[in-house]
Amino acid sequence: MRSLWHKLSVGGKLALIIIVSYFAVALWGEVSYRIAKANDVTPSYNQVRDDLRYLPPSLEHPMGTDNLGRDVSKRLVQGARIAFHVGIMTSLIAIPLGVLLGLLGGYFGGKTDSVVVWLCASIASMPGLLFILAISMVVGQGLLGIYLGIGLTTWVGVCRTIRAEVMKHRNRAYIQAARVLGYSHFRIMFRHLLPNVSHIILIQFSIRFPSAVATEVFISFLGIGVQGEPSWGIMINNARLRLWQGVWWEMTFVSLAIFLLVLSFNKLADDLRDILDPALRSGK
Amino acid sequence: MFRYIIKRLLELFPTTLGIIVLTFMLFHVIGSSPAMVVLGKNATAESIAAFNTKYGYDKPLLIGDGNVFDSQFFSFAKNLVKGDFGISTEYDEPVSEILKRGVGPSLTITLPILLGGTVIGISLALLCAAFRGRIVDKGILMISTVLMSVNYVIWVLLGQFVFAFKCGLFPIWGYESAIYVVLPVIIGIISSLGTDIRFFRTAILDEIYKPYVRTAYSKGLSHTRVLTRHVLRNALIPIVTYISLSIPFLFTGSLMLETFFGIPGLGNVSINAIHSADMAVVRAVVVLGALLYQIVNLFTDILYALLDPRVRLT
Repeated sequence: MRSLWHKLSVGGKLALIIIVSYFAVALWGEVSYRIAKANDVTPSYNQVRDDLRYLPPSLEHPMGTDNLGRDVSKRLVQGARIAFHVGIMTSLIAIPLGVLLGLLGGYFGGKTDSVVVWLCASIASMPGLLFILAISMVVGQGLLGIYLGIGLTTWVGVCRTIRAEVMKHRNRAYIQAARVLGYSHFRIMFRHLLPNVSHIILIQFSIRFPSAVATEVFISFLGIGVQGEPSWGIMINNARLRLWQGVWWEMTFVSLAIFLLVLSFNKLADDLRDILDPALRSGK
Repeated sequence: MFRYIIKRLLELFPTTLGIIVLTFMLFHVIGSSPAMVVLGKNATAESIAAFNTKYGYDKPLLIGDGNVFDSQFFSFAKNLVKGDFGISTEYDEPVSEILKRGVGPSLTITLPILLGGTVIGISLALLCAAFRGRIVDKGILMISTVLMSVNYVIWVLLGQFVFAFKCGLFPIWGYESAIYVVLPVIIGIISSLGTDIRFFRTAILDEIYKPYVRTAYSKGLSHTRVLTRHVLRNALIPIVTYISLSIPFLFTGSLMLETFFGIPGLGNVSINAIHSADMAVVRAVVVLGALLYQIVNLFTDILYALLDPRVRLT
């Protein structure tokens, strides 16, 4: 891990620092959310204050207040919390699923592989965003629908890259040696193959995360996703109504918050790909 | 060649079956009762029964009672083959009619976006390749990363705010004349440009270090000629695949742009259907999009086999 840090470009290091700071902010948001929930009080980011509506940024409210007098900066923190929930939860669904199926298909080949390829092809042909929306609609509104919708559709990319990589390794000497030693298929797959393709998991995580966040923003913006909690999508939807009347702060800060996080992840993903997967190195 | 086409056609069956099973599972098995969703919590038992009979939701799920094929699954699959997507619970008219009406408006924005985006994307990617590793390349690359990090929602709102509201260059909402589609098209192009440029650039740079390029240079051909006549032609293979994959979306439209600019295309129809829980319509667009994807894929594969004999052998 330490050598990885040294290999990152300056931009990549900066991106990683930004991501870690976002994560810290999200953790802080989680703690304040939990405390408010445990004490059964309305959390400060949801308290309606009629006397504080549409206040421009000031020392007290560094990012201003919204249409119900709620502090934008506090809501942004909660938005970060939800974004990380979505990024991590969808990865926890998509990556194990993709890795498992990719390993199975790539290692066994034959009929098992045909089933894996068939599953991938069926899911991949679904119109992406609409399929995710349909899943969230069917599962019910809220975060669970988003987790399942994004998680169950985006494992295909993970599966395909893992499968392709495993197929390259399948006939190498170390795998043949393991087979001769009489190790079980399970052991070969998870103890021998997996560590050698694990860099793909890191790359895929950094690619999937920002797109999951962006999708959540879109779904919540449409009013199908998160309810009652200040997701970034809901904040944008809220802010757009008064943007025309000169209330610029909520929109600007939410947009910047999303942009910075997604940009950092994109930059980090680029760097990780260059470092960990020389074959994919772009333009060298 | 003939054998390849037959083989490829046969491969179509399992995937199509997969698509039908997946959509059926999603909408009929996991989903809550459509009657409850449409009629609301206060619906009476009679009205729910009448609703279910009318739309066929009272049949058994997989295997029919008397006739084995008289179930929701088989009538769904059978009607699909006939091009009958059921009846919209929201508008009370055949879904196929709604779909037919939506395709035209969708095409008026998605087609210019695809064409414009591809031309601009390839030109900029060629520019990158010509000046690879230098400031122009790095600049374009950096701008593309920035472009692809801006959320789609923000592109739309920013575009509407700046160009339509502040500058008054375009109408904000509606679908009456050509001017109404200009802003959605511009936003559509910009929002996908970052990803496009990066993909095209990689495709071109993958070719540029191959021996035939060196040969072309050593023949004394100009930089431009080598890039456009030799490199681009070979790089077009991955590029065409990439573009062909977005063809199904030409028809199913853009969810975001159509909703926000009030364009009565399929994207708009789908979002409305999701809001009103009009399952038949959502299901139809999902299935149609997936089947179109299959067909487009089939054609690209056959086209490759025709153009490149190596494909046929593997």
